[in-house]
Amino acid sequence: MDTLLDPETRGANRIIPGAVDCDVHPASPAMKELMPYLDDYLSQSVVDRGIEQLTSVHYPPNAPITCREDWRGPGDAASALKRMQTHLLDGMGVGTAILNQMLGIQILFNADMGAAFARGLNDFMAREWLDKDDRLRASMVLPQQSPELCVDEIERLAGDKRFVQVMMLVMGDRPLGHQMYWPIYRAAEKHGLPIAIHAGSMYRHPLTGVGWSSYHSQDYAANAVNFQTTVTSLIAEGVFTKFPNLKVVMSESGWTWLPAYLWRMDKYWHGLRMLTPWVDRLPREIIADNFRFTLQPVDAPPDRAVLEKLMEHVGTEDLLLFSTDYPHWQFDGTECVPDGFSDSQLRKMMIDTPKATYSRL
Amino acid sequence: MNVEARPNPLKTQSVELGIADCDVHPNPASLEDEVFPFIEQKWRDYIATYGMVQRIGFAGGTQYPKGQPRASRRDSYPPEGGPPASSLSFFREQHLDAHNVDMAVMIPLRIGQALQNMDLAVAVCAAINEWQTEFWTSKEPRIKGSIVMAYENADACVQQIEKHAHKDDFVQISMLSRTPDPMGHRKYWPIYEAAAANGLPVGVHAFGYGGNPPTGGGYPSYYIEDMMAHAQSCQALITSMVYEGVFDRIPDLKLVIVEGGIAWLPSLMWRLDKIWEKNRLELSHVKRPPSEIIRQHVWLTSQPIEEPDNRQQLVEAIEWMGWDRVLYASDYPHWDFDDPKRALPVQLTKEQRDGFFRGNAYKAYGLS
Amino acid sequence: MAERQKHVVAKVSDFEGTDRKLVEVKGRPIVIFKKGDEWFGMLDRCPHQGGSLCSGSLISWVESSGPGDYRMSRKDEIVRCPWHGWEFDIRTGVACARPTKYRARPVGVSVVKSEETETVGNLELYDVSREGDLVVVEL
Repeated sequence: MDTLLDPETRGANRIIPGAVDCDVHPASPAMKELMPYLDDYLSQSVVDRGIEQLTSVHYPPNAPITCREDWRGPGDAASALKRMQTHLLDGMGVGTAILNQMLGIQILFNADMGAAFARGLNDFMAREWLDKDDRLRASMVLPQQSPELCVDEIERLAGDKRFVQVMMLVMGDRPLGHQMYWPIYRAAEKHGLPIAIHAGSMYRHPLTGVGWSSYHSQDYAANAVNFQTTVTSLIAEGVFTKFPNLKVVMSESGWTWLPAYLWRMDKYWHGLRMLTPWVDRLPREIIADNFRFTLQPVDAPPDRAVLEKLMEHVGTEDLLLFSTDYPHWQFDGTECVPDGFSDSQLRKMMIDTPKATYSRL
Repeated sequence: MNVEARPNPLKTQSVELGIADCDVHPNPASLEDEVFPFIEQKWRDYIATYGMVQRIGFAGGTQYPKGQPRASRRDSYPPEGGPPASSLSFFREQHLDAHNVDMAVMIPLRIGQALQNMDLAVAVCAAINEWQTEFWTSKEPRIKGSIVMAYENADACVQQIEKHAHKDDFVQISMLSRTPDPMGHRKYWPIYEAAAANGLPVGVHAFGYGGNPPTGGGYPSYYIEDMMAHAQSCQALITSMVYEGVFDRIPDLKLVIVEGGIAWLPSLMWRLDKIWEKNRLELSHVKRPPSEIIRQHVWLTSQPIEEPDNRQQLVEAIEWMGWDRVLYASDYPHWDFDDPKRALPVQLTKEQRDGFFRGNAYKAYGLS
Repeated sequence: MAERQKHVVAKVSDFEGTDRKLVEVKGRPIVIFKKGDEWFGMLDRCPHQGGSLCSGSLISWVESSGPGDYRMSRKDEIVRCPWHGWEFDIRTGVACARPTKYRARPVGVSVVKSEETETVGNLELYDVSREGDLVVVEL
């Protein structure tokens, strides 16, 4: 028996030693924590113009999903890191955690300012998180307002191999397959960096195709439909014809919608193929080659039989990357993997698929 | 010939009883001849002068050119001329008789429920309701109408509902999925109250120009993206209806989602349940788990039906939502038409088959 | 296997002003397409949901080397179903949009094997030829 799968060593949460957790959220820094990392002009502006905390309404700090009750605590980086070590790294036994920093700098309309905040935020992440625990890796935060400035930031940080991917919000100015974003994809492909597309919005448009919601709950639910339209965009625009080696990691996307989505997409492709002839493969083949999905949230009932069926519908064990979405509230206790995954599937999502996806791990 | 074709391995359905088809699209042979007689002269002059403006840049319609002319089957043009499904006799021959349809729900499209000129929208919708009875439902009892309304004007909607709901000609209230505000918004509630009070479901057909980009990330480039996104718009509108508490407020309301696909519903229900569990503070007005509400109040029509290689997987997805939730629809005469013999090519029990092709629809529309 | 027989299905003059004709042989609806001096015959049912190909359009094969690039070839040799728009090569009957593993060779030279119909059936083709003033189907 594979020692990694020995029940003695893996504990009740089924986390395999060395498991890579592909979606973990560090606390967002308060403006005063960030100040030392901002350039002179921006730090003067912050004070002189009274620029306040850039917290996205998408993750209200006190909302239930944003942080599980038993994982709350002081927001400074040192305290937050200590909690993450206690709960996730030491506590649950995660071997490597990939940090997605969700401070809402992408929402600013001023692209230069967005880029300056992105530089400060990435440097903050390197010093205050990555330097402090070598089990940590991070996604580069990009100033999604300007693809050119995104490329500059990728080039600036590419030498630091602890940044293992770049991150974009699923709802931007245009659907993410659009040509305006291709410079980002070119630079990411060149440096072997997957694109993490994470839940969240730049708030340029209503969060659904049918208008602005009344409730936070609706907006959070809307992430799943926006991941779906984003898959359509990335495929229809031919991103993977142009950048065949690009990997996209759909993060906090939900994935139980994927089979039904692909049944529809494959069908439409048969009849409309000639309208976008560069899409020269079945969409599900493109998904298999270029897309990965982080595990949490698992939008399925706690029913082993349903999950097993769902995995049959997904049709491959290679699409999922293990994630806890820590400290977002997606599960209780340490039950980060629902019943219904086989041992071989666990090994794939925790070890093999992350290694294959992230060339920098 | 070196080409050998394997017999199609998929089953075809034989349906003994007459089918209920919950989405067909008769068209006026010409607006001038068939619809304008029901509109005041001043509005005819207005249309001739300014057109019918919606939240879209083109005078003639979509900014995403379709995959086929008029998005219609190429074989659906009547021999006597005119647009697809504009001839009752050919409609009978090619669809009702050919497919043993004994109840077909007509949903008029492209008539501008959401015209920017509100008075014009009200006038056109009223005329379309007269046209449905005059040209279709009074001549062919197998065809049932949908009450169309300028749904940004709830008062006018309620008037149309009160005027027509008691007639056998109509079986539902019609809205389009892409509204300017999500469908749970309370400005639409008077419509739902009137529908429920009259025992009619609200049938929400995909499409419409609400003025919002079809995705939360803006306007996509290609037609296939716009088409695909209807499934997502429908998911968002169900989310809105449930989380806004519409079904808690109006317990007799029935919602039929038309032409958005079906297989995504289980995943949506599971997601909404989980988010609801965690956000009871915000959603205190939603008294039961969303999946329970959906299973009681929401139906989906089958077309365009998802086609996994292994069709049994679609059956499993339907089981997760419940067989009583799905209604067969053909979308005749549109290009993505589903033939009832081929739509669900799997072994079904008699109960499943009769429900899917007939019984569920009669329940949803309150017919016997 | 029953011996194949020749069936006269049309006159050549039937194709003046049109490129197609729907005929019936042994109870099977067969659509005949005429392209220049060439004749093509196939079962008049789309393998997908049964649409009548006789009402379909004949279009070119559209390929692309990348986003924004459209390359046309094989003018009028792809029949597009009048319903869902699925495309088939009228020379080989092969469905154009299909999983990569079944597309080792480019459309137009594939030899179809029965297991290749996994997701998309192919067209059932018939030999059609001209004999004098008559059009003949072998079946």
